[in-house]
Amino acid sequence: MFAQRLAFPFPSLPAVLMMAIVLPLLAGCGYNTIPTAEENARAAWSEVLNQYQRRSDLIPNLVETVKGYAAHEKDTLDAVVEARAKATQITVTPETLKDPEALKKFQDAQAGLTSALSRLIAVSEAYPDLKANQNFLALQAQLEGTENRIAVARRDYILAVKDYNLTLRTFPSVLWATFWFRGNEPFANFTVDEDKMQPPKVDFGTKQGG
Amino acid sequence: MLFLPLTAFAADLPALTGRVVDNAGIIDSGTKAALTQKLADFEAKGSDQIVVATIPSLDGEEIEPYANRLFRFWKLGQAKENNGVLLLVAPNDRKMRIEVGYGLEGTLTDLHTKLIIENDMVPAFRAGDFPGGISKAVDDMVMVLEGNPEELEARGKRNEQPPIDMDNLFFTVFISIWAIIFFGSMAASILPPIFGKKLGPGRYRWLGMTFEPSRRSSSSGWSSGSSGGSWSSGSSGGGGFSGGGGSSGGGGSSGSW
Repeated sequence: MFAQRLAFPFPSLPAVLMMAIVLPLLAGCGYNTIPTAEENARAAWSEVLNQYQRRSDLIPNLVETVKGYAAHEKDTLDAVVEARAKATQITVTPETLKDPEALKKFQDAQAGLTSALSRLIAVSEAYPDLKANQNFLALQAQLEGTENRIAVARRDYILAVKDYNLTLRTFPSVLWATFWFRGNEPFANFTVDEDKMQPPKVDFGTKQGG
Repeated sequence: MLFLPLTAFAADLPALTGRVVDNAGIIDSGTKAALTQKLADFEAKGSDQIVVATIPSLDGEEIEPYANRLFRFWKLGQAKENNGVLLLVAPNDRKMRIEVGYGLEGTLTDLHTKLIIENDMVPAFRAGDFPGGISKAVDDMVMVLEGNPEELEARGKRNEQPPIDMDNLFFTVFISIWAIIFFGSMAASILPPIFGKKLGPGRYRWLGMTFEPSRRSSSSGWSSGSSGGSWSSGSSGGGGFSGGGGSSGGGGSSGSW
């Protein structure tokens, strides 16, 4: 074992060492926790919006296809168009996520569209020609898939917001919230009774034997 | 151990024991071997991971959230591609689902999976032919995914990695750190007298630092700390198959018979 003493000539060495020790500690203490959780929640919200948008984009095509076979189901068709118009008017940007009222409105509008859509699919049961239409079949599969993607996106958002809100309220990250991230507020979440962690039941009439 | 935070939620999820996890016992061993081989070959070609799973019962849960949970628990598909597919069958609930990872949603669309379920699986399952229906479904999924050969090949190339043995990696890092410490101190005692400027007896100045190689420090730090010798490789899973880190956002479709 060769031992040696290294005498560094820099006077600022203690400061540098201090920084080297303190900076990682800062990160280790959870300075990054709150911004990370916030960005995750925002990203999860973007995915929710993305999937609702995807559903919204499917509707004109679906309505046109159904019209071709079941024109006298006018009320149901109009209800879907109306609900879609209503739902597209209300958008919740990541910036307004802190407002539970805005989220509630958004959720109600989308729920209205969900029920209008399931009614439309239910009445299409009565039209065998429509059910055999290739285009309708494709739209059905896409709609079904999109409803499931919405359910997954909502679940992810719920978990991400739970995570973020927890960092704002629990030790030790609550210290950062108090002293540094004062502007950060908890995000509003989907309410549990409205989202039972299950995809919405949409009967596409594909069940056999019915 | 690593998955402790997950286990609370995933306690009821089956383990990923291979490419065909037949917990419901509806696939005969011949078909199982053939499927495993086929899926292994297919992954070798384009890095897409297809896994067939059967569970006896869903215990009242819907098949969609269960399939998504299982998919994410197993992390099917490569991490950057999310190119996994899970074919799940729950015979007691008479339900099946094809869950498609984010990266394959554009190729194996919801409509494809719907058609595969309705045309391949439902008729065979009704006739009681589970292995046949599943084999046919796997064939068709592979066919769809191979439908875009250039993309498949590109995906395979992107994910071609030399297998890194974690134990070797640790060993290499450990050896190099040790070598730096050992030879570094040797160099610090030998090189200054040769290249440095002599300040006094046994004191040399070199590269802006003052070295005193001859003085033994009383607090010698090298107390042979590496006696543990516990290189227990915890990561060697049986079967040699594991998910690549992919995820799914609920693509695909479900059916029942």
